[in-house]
Amino acid sequence: MKTFNIGGVHPAENKLSAASPIRVAAIPKQAVFSMFQHIGAPAVPVVKKGDTVKVGTLLGEAGKGLSVPVFSSVSGKVNKVDAVLDSSGTRRMAVVVDVEGDEWEETIDRSDKLVTFKDLGNITAAEVVNRIKAAGIVGMGGATFPTGIKLMPPPGTKAEAIIVNAVECEPYLTADHRLMLEKPEQILVGVQLIKHAVNCPKAFIGIEMNKPDAIKLLTDLLKEKAAQYPGIEVVPLKVKYPQGGEKQLIDAVIGRQVPAPPALPINVGAIVQNVGTVYAIYEAVTKNKPLIERIITVTGKSVKQPSNFLARIGTPMQQLIDEAGGLPADTGKIIGGGPMMGRALMSLEVPVTKGSSGLLLMTEKESRRGEVSPCIRCGKCVTACPMGLEPYLLASYTRLKDWDGCEKNDVTSCIECGSCAFTCPSNRPLLDNIRVAKQTVMSIIKARHMEAIAKK
Amino acid sequence: MNVILIAVIVLGSIGLVAALILFLAGKKFAVHEDERIAKVAEVLPQANCGGCGFPGCSGFAGACVKAADKGSLEGLLCPVGGQPVMEQVAGILGLKAEASAPKVAVVRCNGTCENRPRIAEFDGAQSCKVQQMLGSGETACAYGCLGCGDCVAACQFDAIRMNPETGLPEVDEEKCTACGACAKACPRGIIEIRLKGLKNRRVVVLCNNKDKGAQTRKACSVGCIACQKCVKVCKFEAITVDQNLAHIDAEKCKLCRKCEDECPQNAIHAFNFPPKKEKPASPPTPLQGERGVDTQAAPVTEKAAAPAAPATEKPATNVEPAKEQEKA
Repeated sequence: MKTFNIGGVHPAENKLSAASPIRVAAIPKQAVFSMFQHIGAPAVPVVKKGDTVKVGTLLGEAGKGLSVPVFSSVSGKVNKVDAVLDSSGTRRMAVVVDVEGDEWEETIDRSDKLVTFKDLGNITAAEVVNRIKAAGIVGMGGATFPTGIKLMPPPGTKAEAIIVNAVECEPYLTADHRLMLEKPEQILVGVQLIKHAVNCPKAFIGIEMNKPDAIKLLTDLLKEKAAQYPGIEVVPLKVKYPQGGEKQLIDAVIGRQVPAPPALPINVGAIVQNVGTVYAIYEAVTKNKPLIERIITVTGKSVKQPSNFLARIGTPMQQLIDEAGGLPADTGKIIGGGPMMGRALMSLEVPVTKGSSGLLLMTEKESRRGEVSPCIRCGKCVTACPMGLEPYLLASYTRLKDWDGCEKNDVTSCIECGSCAFTCPSNRPLLDNIRVAKQTVMSIIKARHMEAIAKK
Repeated sequence: MNVILIAVIVLGSIGLVAALILFLAGKKFAVHEDERIAKVAEVLPQANCGGCGFPGCSGFAGACVKAADKGSLEGLLCPVGGQPVMEQVAGILGLKAEASAPKVAVVRCNGTCENRPRIAEFDGAQSCKVQQMLGSGETACAYGCLGCGDCVAACQFDAIRMNPETGLPEVDEEKCTACGACAKACPRGIIEIRLKGLKNRRVVVLCNNKDKGAQTRKACSVGCIACQKCVKVCKFEAITVDQNLAHIDAEKCKLCRKCEDECPQNAIHAFNFPPKKEKPASPPTPLQGERGVDTQAAPVTEKAAAPAAPATEKPATNVEPAKEQEKA
């Protein structure tokens, strides 16, 4: 059984919502569309107060450089274009729409009928990429990197393997799992589209062994329709966190190691796409549907009905919690994302965004961090680090503000998976410190780079 | 006997040759250091705090000598030593010292526990920088003090301390050298290095919130809401409002304290003024009267930031509507 080579941990899986089918969440009364739903430059609002919008209407066009457009997922009137509280507690530019009815743009095909790759005729690779870009698709595993950019390999590189990330290694989350069970063929067509877009003959779907039903379903489907979906292979993987990390997945599936930054996965010939992104690509290219809804898991040990929702982007989190049976009394922390990499939310008014993969309601008991005690040099964090770093050392350098030391020890390679802090018997906030170091070192490198340019 | 003689001669000649080589190398590779650098370094405080912008005191001494060769010490200041040290330095270099006013660090936030209700709890690594990176902190104000004391850790002079009652740092004006280490350490840029002012008297807007008025009011009962009242009342054009935040230019401010009386949010504070006299001629509103007591109670240092007993009554009434909104 394949898996990545260095480090990794085994948190309790707690996939409570694995058996609950995807439910369509109600359309909210008011939807909030942040212009900061992706990595890179924010989108620029193109609507103003009082404008009427439909489902699929452009609200914000892509900013300069790395950016994607934002679309409305509801129909109604624009209430305001203003700074609104986002999930990190800061106010950022967003468009707020008061919902009236549910009217869709006519260009969107709302039928459920499967459109195969053949049905699209002689669609060109450039056209596929253009449609993906125009639909505002970003990496839906949580990193929210603009997908269109990822599908345009820089000169000198060539895609040799598409890897579909269906690992979902975060405990609790089941959104990708349910999507595979309910839309398997659509995903396969999506994979074909990506293969076509970057002219790559081979694609792998990496799934962890804790989802045997999804592995069986997709393997059987590929066997049955081998002629229709050539060059796609399901790769079962041993369960280990953080297998869903891009670099870990490449290592696990095709056995190649991505060098330290600034090298990218494409430098070893790999393009990794989350399975949710693949489905969004299918919908964008075949149905002309922009990224306006996503699947989000609402779960937790005391939640009445842990569920997977197909929610419109912009729906307030509060509404999803209500639909899952209400806020349990013993809730201590509400986390956007999974327990390993997610961040606690400041308020339940924050909306579902393109990157919201889950909402985890932790009980008061679970949510407490343990008491911090001194480092006992046990080396567990070093064993656990999937990037082969020395977290205890980096954290110490951070405390001493030795940024050179941090840089020499490759702090910029850290993927912030949290395995070190998870495994630390002294409950030391290793990741917190390493994040500070990573940010500082990256700004130092950037400043140095700018200086070098200025000198030239 | 012979053996000893040979050994002495051989070693002696090796020694002579080596001495000659060292002598020649010493002449050839001699580094000429300006002797003035050492002299200047001697009068500097040797705190090596970096507040001057140079790496340590010897770096600053080198910069002074270099600047002296060009004829002026303009722009160079040792914040720790201040004017007396700069005069000594100028004396050594045969120049006149530039006049410079002493400065002090000012914490521009008055978000005490009473003024700014906590809406969240942060249990990660106790560092402002970590907190700032992860979210907006424990209160609804995304601009105010985070209270983990990065500034305290940065201060080499023990001049800034956390007040456990208010959760805010307080500057000891006697010890503060205005080196700026705390201002650099604060991830929210709350600490300002400000002119100490005439008789150490200052009028400062104790707020850093750049949100719109309504949002600021929700987050904190003493936040600047950019109502512009202070701008209108100031005769000296010392106050400007930028990004929903008033700022008093210390150089233009004539310390008349009109803005302090005018501010509906109590965001403007006056430091080190003598207690206000009761003025029956212009009957003060209850708010103003209480503030008079406030400054009276703690006029000595920045402790004005920590509301003394009488002041607690006032914010309590101010906070309540905000709290109710919170519950709703």
